[in-house]
Amino acid sequence: MKLTVNGTPREIDVHPLKRLLDVLREDLELTGTKEGCGEGECGACTVLVDGEPVVSCLMPCAQADGCDVTTIEGLSGEYPLQRAMMREVGAQCGICTPGVILAAHGLVEAARKPTLERVREALAGNLCRCTGYEAIHRAVLSAHAERHGTATAAAAAAASEA
Amino acid sequence: MTSVGTSVARKEGMDRATGAAKYADDLRFPGMLVGRTVRSTIPRGRVTGISLDFDHAGFTVVDHRDIPGENTIALIEKDQPCLVNGVVRHAAEPILLLAHERREALVSANVRIDYEREEPLYDPTRSEQVFKHVLIEKGNLERGFARADVIVEGTYSTGAQEHVYIETNGVIAVPEKGGIALHGSMQCPYYVLKALKVLLGGAVQDIRVIQTETGGGFGGKEEYPSMIAAHACLLALKSGRPVKLLYDRGEDMVATTKRHPSTVRHRTGLTRDGKLTAMQVDVLMDGGAYCTLSPVVLSRGVIHAAGPYRCANTRIEGRVVMTNTPPNGAFRGFGAPQTQFATEVHMDRIAETLGIDPVTLRLRNALKPGDTTATGQKLGPDTSAIDVLREAVRRSGFKRKRTKLAGSGRGVGLALFYHGAGFTGSGEVMLGSRAGLETTPTGVRILVANTEIGQGTRTMLAQIVADGLGIAYEDVAVAQPDTAVVPDSGPTVASRTCMVVGGLLERCARRMSEQLNGASPAEHHVRRGRLHVEERYEAPPGRQWDDQTYRGDAYATYAWGCDVAEVEVDPVTHEVRVAKFTAVQEFGRPIHPAMAQGQIEGGSAQGLGWALLENVVMRDGAMANAQLTNYVIPTTLDTPPMDVVMLENHFAGGPFGAKGVGELPIDGPAPAVVNALRHAGLDVRAIPATPEALAAAPRLAPSRNGETAAAPPANGDAA
Amino acid sequence: MRTATAPFTLRRARTLEGALKILREEPGTVPIAGCTDVYVALEFGGTPGTGYLDLTPLASLRRITTSGERLVIGALATYTELQKSRFVRARLPMLVEAARLVGGAQIQNMGTVGGNLANASPAGDTLPVFAVADADVVLAGPDGERRVPFNAFYTGYRASVRRPDELIVAVEVPPVIGKQWFRKVGTRAAQAISKVVFAGVRGLETKLALGSVAPTVLRLTRTEQALNGGGGIGDALRALEGEIKPIDDLRSTAEYRRSVSANLVRQFWSETA
Repeated sequence: MKLTVNGTPREIDVHPLKRLLDVLREDLELTGTKEGCGEGECGACTVLVDGEPVVSCLMPCAQADGCDVTTIEGLSGEYPLQRAMMREVGAQCGICTPGVILAAHGLVEAARKPTLERVREALAGNLCRCTGYEAIHRAVLSAHAERHGTATAAAAAAASEA
Repeated sequence: MTSVGTSVARKEGMDRATGAAKYADDLRFPGMLVGRTVRSTIPRGRVTGISLDFDHAGFTVVDHRDIPGENTIALIEKDQPCLVNGVVRHAAEPILLLAHERREALVSANVRIDYEREEPLYDPTRSEQVFKHVLIEKGNLERGFARADVIVEGTYSTGAQEHVYIETNGVIAVPEKGGIALHGSMQCPYYVLKALKVLLGGAVQDIRVIQTETGGGFGGKEEYPSMIAAHACLLALKSGRPVKLLYDRGEDMVATTKRHPSTVRHRTGLTRDGKLTAMQVDVLMDGGAYCTLSPVVLSRGVIHAAGPYRCANTRIEGRVVMTNTPPNGAFRGFGAPQTQFATEVHMDRIAETLGIDPVTLRLRNALKPGDTTATGQKLGPDTSAIDVLREAVRRSGFKRKRTKLAGSGRGVGLALFYHGAGFTGSGEVMLGSRAGLETTPTGVRILVANTEIGQGTRTMLAQIVADGLGIAYEDVAVAQPDTAVVPDSGPTVASRTCMVVGGLLERCARRMSEQLNGASPAEHHVRRGRLHVEERYEAPPGRQWDDQTYRGDAYATYAWGCDVAEVEVDPVTHEVRVAKFTAVQEFGRPIHPAMAQGQIEGGSAQGLGWALLENVVMRDGAMANAQLTNYVIPTTLDTPPMDVVMLENHFAGGPFGAKGVGELPIDGPAPAVVNALRHAGLDVRAIPATPEALAAAPRLAPSRNGETAAAPPANGDAA
Repeated sequence: MRTATAPFTLRRARTLEGALKILREEPGTVPIAGCTDVYVALEFGGTPGTGYLDLTPLASLRRITTSGERLVIGALATYTELQKSRFVRARLPMLVEAARLVGGAQIQNMGTVGGNLANASPAGDTLPVFAVADADVVLAGPDGERRVPFNAFYTGYRASVRRPDELIVAVEVPPVIGKQWFRKVGTRAAQAISKVVFAGVRGLETKLALGSVAPTVLRLTRTEQALNGGGGIGDALRALEGEIKPIDDLRSTAEYRRSVSANLVRQFWSETA
């Protein structure tokens, strides 16, 4: 099958029913996407397929044929939400973090400032056991502000110190 | 420049946000096999036959006969076998181990096990096997009851709780020249090392245990990893190849430890104006099939069972017993959430009975500096029960809401609680923890066995050392916990890492400072070579504890908390929405404020889940709802906005005044929520308070002055 | 995953005719789309089948359109697409609500209407909506298309009239006359399976349906008769008591389901007055 992963065209020969999650982690050695439950409940395996968040533990890799897949490794490492998650301590143990970042990616990219309720809804499919979610919400809102240049001067200064 | 007290960038850098952080399942070793555990499908009986109905080619098979040392996972006792040798005492008990190159071959391998079943025991009240019994007595209980104007009784119960760390248990055992290295997700590398030494006996000379990046622990990776590590090592030794053994979510939920279910009975005497004269508490915990850590869970539970209150005449008796279910074990709070749930709901029932508001009742009885606890420990200025209570009441508008919300289907409730930091009594002395510090070409490196499991160990210890030495936080590195490299600084449990191990490192830093004589560590290292200091735990002078009578200084210090929960009960579905949550906590002072706040927010969410959502359904002695679809933890939409206040009361015995905060936050939410439900008119005394339970809960009549009143008190309680 | 999928096959449909041909010639083939149920079954060691047919390439089945007065929802429309569709939002807001609550965003992006119908769980969140809307299930088979009234589609627990060589291709919904009302009672506030799920329409005729209180989604005909015949809520609840058969399971109890079902009918009745 042929797919684009993090902007790079890849061709792999795997069983079509193999989970996209396993193809990413094993065949492509991109271990940033995690398995937390195998039943699509925890969201730790979230990746973007053609820009939309899906749970890769429930997707036969054949369905990603011809698609654009983005994993956590596809972000720059300096993406505002990545920085905000560490700065706000939205990541404690970090196992849910890649999935959370990708699930919130669309919200952060969209111009309109999300309400707290909208952030909660966008992340309702991502379980975190460490944070109680508060710091994750703070991180998403802070990242959105930075991404769209709407951060206050003070917040921007804090962001650059991290 | 100081680092302590500021929310510095974490030592892990960006790895967790970029996917670079490597957890157990992300690691690969050449020639690695995958492992699988074959487990008992009956709760009690004997194995009478095992047949392997598959082509053995490429398989490694291990049973109890392959164990070179003792067939046990050594912990407090040696009663738990590593692999079943005939006798089965719980469902999902491990019987056989398999390994193969390909996971698909493993899952397809058909193993048939024949059993002779025996009648299992599930009811803890009928169990005759007591893992631990504790009796704590203070004053004269009979006199105390004689002086009481009112006696209130009640029985309260809490259910099991599953940790649901988002990363399941997983380890990789790698044969190394002359020995074996065990990499894995864990909280306590030295616990694993000790267990492996007993299991492998003299057969393996060099064993080392290395903690990998760990995706959550909460106590669930305190003792359990010794079992999975043992299994992986046996497979690795027999095959001569690295073996990765990982549990999927279903196996992890069924087979590994859970929070001990509890039933706690209170009988309390008070004067008419609400002063405690006698407290009698009876605690029963369900330990599951083997001892594991049950004695220590019970210990902490009973010590906290009288709550943060002053009472001259107290009798607390506790038992933790055997049932034919998978053993229960450590879970954040470790017995204290169970007993304090009971105490705090009981206090509100007392308030209802006496017609006193719940704040006044607590103000009258809360521990103050100079008071003694149930074990006779005299408290010092590090006691903040009144402060957290007052601040929580003020901040949340509790009194106003208590009147305003009464009778509205909404409610507000509070809980006052405390949590001892460090190991109980003589525990820290017995551990004899050692922490080390060494210079490097760029600064210093911390050498401890304490693990980062999300709570910020590396960062927090580095801050303490940086300020202790007067160097930049960036110049302090932390060694990966590898038993071949770091000393045994004790387990990462019991809210001890900051206070005890941080305290040892603070001493290391001071000693190193003296030896550096003005030079920076890096300078010294380059010019004069490596400097290494180590400090060993010493009990603070004057502390006394008697393990037989359970009297004396149970803990070095306590952290204090008061939570206020505002709830709405949907009259159509009986679902509870926690509209707002206020947490006021005093734990000395935060070393890293944002991370400390994270502990409070996360622990509170976990406590709310335990109170309202998390229900372990047992069938035939095993967890039947072992899927995240059916065992539900809070999502973003289930978690309230939280108002967190961190009060400071610097503790002289902790580094820079810090105590411990890892567990305190989970002691308060469940009773706060249940007390809010009581205010909303529901007589709840057990958790989880699921909608099904609330649909059937007796109603409480609202009282005239806005405080709900219970039915007239009787000397027996029909709970 | 506890099931070894290496011995299984997956074909990807290129045309509807091709898909139907495979179903005809290889009986036992399991059609899949969003996989939000099938892969959970595989995860826990189940084997729904050994041959799978991926329908997702059939773009024509994703369309949501109108045909005269009827709303035509392609079987492969996802829950996200339902919420975004101006047709669904205008004509069937109770379906928008059901789609919004079915699970988190990821599940909404993957799961399909056809899958919800074909999975045939009595807890399916869209099922009560289609039941009260008196929708038709459009099946394609060797002899062409046929329409089955939704309320005749299920025959028993996880059983329907769909033949193994047929595919659900669309759901057609006639205009819904009256106020639409939907409520799901899940195991928690989000990403939850239903304990009870209710849809109702209050117009000249009142229509009610409940999921998770019987082996299939249940159109509450007797309760409706009580209300439509001029009876009050008391009569309705008495009728309800006789027609639902909830059970105890891992998620909830019969008693709770019974009590909450009655409360939902009451709530519906008072909020749509």
